[in-house]
Amino acid sequence: MSNEASRPSWNSKMGFILSAVGSAVGLGNIWRFPYVLYANGGGGFLIPYFVAIFTAAIPLLILEYILGSKYRGSAPLAFARNNKKFEWVGWIPTLVSLMIILYYSAIVSWAINYLFLSITRGWGADPSSFFFSDFLGLSDGPLSFGGVNLSVLFGLIVVWGGTFILCSRQLDKGIEKFNKILLPLLGISLLIVIIRGVTLEGASIGLNVLFTPDFSQLLNPKVWVAAYSQVFFSLSVAMGIMITYSSYLPKKSDVVNTAFITGFANSAFEFTVSIGVFGILGYMSYQNNVPVTEVIQSGVGLAFTAFPQAFNLMGGFGNVLGVVFFASLVFAGMTSFVSLTEAFIAPFIDKFKIERKKMYMYVCIGGFAISSMYATGAGLYILDIVDYFINSFGIVFVGIIEAVVVGYVFKLDSFAEYANKNSIQSVGKLWFVSLLLVVPIFLTINLLLSIYTTITQGYEGYSLSALGIYGLGALTCIVLFTLILSKLPWKNKEDLEFIED
Amino acid sequence: MSGIAILFMIAGLCITWGGLGYALYIQFTRGKK
Repeated sequence: MSNEASRPSWNSKMGFILSAVGSAVGLGNIWRFPYVLYANGGGGFLIPYFVAIFTAAIPLLILEYILGSKYRGSAPLAFARNNKKFEWVGWIPTLVSLMIILYYSAIVSWAINYLFLSITRGWGADPSSFFFSDFLGLSDGPLSFGGVNLSVLFGLIVVWGGTFILCSRQLDKGIEKFNKILLPLLGISLLIVIIRGVTLEGASIGLNVLFTPDFSQLLNPKVWVAAYSQVFFSLSVAMGIMITYSSYLPKKSDVVNTAFITGFANSAFEFTVSIGVFGILGYMSYQNNVPVTEVIQSGVGLAFTAFPQAFNLMGGFGNVLGVVFFASLVFAGMTSFVSLTEAFIAPFIDKFKIERKKMYMYVCIGGFAISSMYATGAGLYILDIVDYFINSFGIVFVGIIEAVVVGYVFKLDSFAEYANKNSIQSVGKLWFVSLLLVVPIFLTINLLLSIYTTITQGYEGYSLSALGIYGLGALTCIVLFTLILSKLPWKNKEDLEFIED
Repeated sequence: MSGIAILFMIAGLCITWGGLGYALYIQFTRGKK
């Protein structure tokens, strides 16, 4: 059977849009964006943020949609169909997505556990000590594994098992249906958190701190780099997801307006969530009679220690809000997790013609086995290091190489022509300038800053051996497997032949 | 909340949700299925 005939496809355009939005809206929107907004000038940060959306995020998203839709293949196939020499460019994001799903499954597992714990507020009076000592059983350092945490292991079984059951089916009956159910549930649950968050006593204190603009920050180059980083990481670009998802679209689909829908939906989600998050933080500061700046946290600390403290302060309603909040974390995490898994699996189906169900089985069993290391006492440390290296170096490098290869080696004109022929809105000079200059320049600055900071300051006080084993180890695996996988022969060489309509 | 904080909060909501609404509107009125 030819690749075209056997290629899965979305049942509807809305199914594709919901799946793409589900992929973009992840845990980072809930626990990273509010802090980035606050730390980079509050309301004033909206200026660089929106500039970055229009000059980098949406142009890159349009490019990935064109690559997938035009060449009808996952990342390696899309690049190989344009030029066989550049198949390797598609394997890097594929392997980046593998590294992410291995630790992302652990975070979703924590959220599943906390969903159950929130019913009885099982974290007790001191959520911080509960999370690090009792729940994770944190060891002395990243090289000391300690014991295996059975609760986290159970959560991992649910994540990988659930993904196999739901996503190994055909695309429209699996991922599409899954997103059509989970995304509205995510919207409803977050809406409840936001409404309650802004109606709490003291919420306005948090919102005041969040939105009062500090315009002097606009002159700080780091704020602009932070804006470009935020929109870049938030939209799930440079991970192969959007190329894979758009490859399941019918031929000649409108990709430009779809990119605007995905980009704005992602921004609307994260912006609105930040209102709820800072409302709750304002409430905490009011109740504890301390400045908001003392209760502000981001990432794991916000979700698993600060918020449980806030739920403790709310009395009976804290239980309800806790369940709703952790349910939204599970929904947001799972919709992103399945998209990353699909981005890793699709290239193997394309290149080696492995049956979808079998491929999902191999990946879910293997993925569970490897991600079990995140259920040990060193899990949080390893996760922190791998996440830092993958985000700071892996994804940023993919963004640069993608823009440079497509912009300077492939013919960007033919991509624009394809997009404009099929879309309601057209791409123009701004799109060219964004991809040829803005994206490579900002991402290169970002990459160089990360390299400089890591060499001179290390990362979070971890030993060089730990950073080398986990961080550089993950990056080395990506490089090594990229070289191997791009050298292996295609099962059907005719799949690489591409005739433009 | 200060007036300027309210202004920036509303501006952010209008741009993000307004942009999404507009993109969806033209998708459903002029877009291909």
